[in-house]
Amino acid sequence: MEPRKITLPLTEADLHSLKAGDRVLLSGIVYTARDAAHKRMVEQEREGIVFPIDFAGQVIYYVGPTPSRPGEVIGSAGPTTSGRMDLYTPRLLEKGLKGMIGKGHRNQEVKDALVKHKAVYFGAVGGAAALISRSIKSAEVIAYEDLGTEAIRKLTIEDFPVFVINDIHGGDIYQEGVAKYKS
Amino acid sequence: MKEIYYEEIVNEVKEMCKRANYDLGEDVYTAFKRALTTERSETGKEVLTQLIENADIAKAERVPMCQDTGTAVFIVELGHDCRIVGGNLLDAINEGVARGYDEGYLRNSMIYHPLNRKNTGNNTPAIVHIELVEGEELTLHMTAKGGGAENMSALKMLKPSDGIEGIKNYILSIVKEAGPNACPPLIVGIGIGGNFERCAYLAKKSLFRPIGERHEDPAVAELEEELIGEINRLGIGPQGMGGSTTALDVKVEVESCHIAALPVAVNLNCHASRHQISMFK
Repeated sequence: MEPRKITLPLTEADLHSLKAGDRVLLSGIVYTARDAAHKRMVEQEREGIVFPIDFAGQVIYYVGPTPSRPGEVIGSAGPTTSGRMDLYTPRLLEKGLKGMIGKGHRNQEVKDALVKHKAVYFGAVGGAAALISRSIKSAEVIAYEDLGTEAIRKLTIEDFPVFVINDIHGGDIYQEGVAKYKS
Repeated sequence: MKEIYYEEIVNEVKEMCKRANYDLGEDVYTAFKRALTTERSETGKEVLTQLIENADIAKAERVPMCQDTGTAVFIVELGHDCRIVGGNLLDAINEGVARGYDEGYLRNSMIYHPLNRKNTGNNTPAIVHIELVEGEELTLHMTAKGGGAENMSALKMLKPSDGIEGIKNYILSIVKEAGPNACPPLIVGIGIGGNFERCAYLAKKSLFRPIGERHEDPAVAELEEELIGEINRLGIGPQGMGGSTTALDVKVEVESCHIAALPVAVNLNCHASRHQISMFK
């Protein structure tokens, strides 16, 4: 099946029509953040410091890229395991985050929050980092530069290959796919 | 007595780190191609197609196949009659890793302390296991081991009465629990026997054997084959989205153990199974 092309930000119609298992090519803006950036954002917010970016309507990509060579937009940049961000994700969804790109299981709390706040969890192919980098057209560190590979970057992506893992209707391709091929 | 210079080891280790991260082993690449012909899920086939293309790009452009360029793990076979001149072996390996990760534009993923979590900035320390062997040769086996699959690995001290069924059930439960997190298709490394720490080492060591190679003990080889079948029937598939390719291979290593013990360790390796061997003669 041919992949569906979607331009970010995700519209209400996109969010409703995306189904677990769909193959999608994303274009537009995404922000990178992984363990250290999530921890800092959520902990600092408790001390009254606002998030460095407004995530309302946005998509976060869980990635810690390799260093870029001179002239390169970004190094290799595949997804990291999303479950480590589960502790912080419900708060980001409350703040209006509409999508995440990573790999691996989310906990039940996150899956419930996706349905509640109408947001989608996408999976990119873990380990396909050199291929994925080709769809990243620009990268700019916009916060937490001291975190190095874990800094928050603004990426412009074009036809970035993902699958819908968890949709807003409660669909979960990890459960459905395994059930289908278990023998 | 053979002498090997410190700088020779540094330079070789440096190149091993780069090659491991740019050049996917032929055994893994061939296993991807074979899986593409047998995989039942269309999504699974798409994942495998991306992985093959990714390996081609990494090799041609000399870029890391995965952004997690791993912990550098070494199994060193050091001949009794081999002497390192100009410095010690551990320093040479660490210096090689530091230079390789820097020159190769590889990601530094090691931290000083598990609690303060500050990055060491050069991907050292490497994890080095030394095995003393006969002769005067030095052989370095290196892997760049990613964090995702390592995080889903586990060890359990089973009871001898749990037997082979208990061992299999435990292994299947760990692979199932790992699901998509460990980046399947996997190479599953199993240690059975030894003691608590030795068992974990056996599981890691098993992953250094090439894909497709069966254990020399026919009973262990049979167990490996049974596990390949049973793991692939779990339905997890490439990237855990369902399919018939969950494990590209299963490796088992066994060793003597205590009359009261049946330790079993499961060390998962993602499909980016990055191994290098260098022999100093």
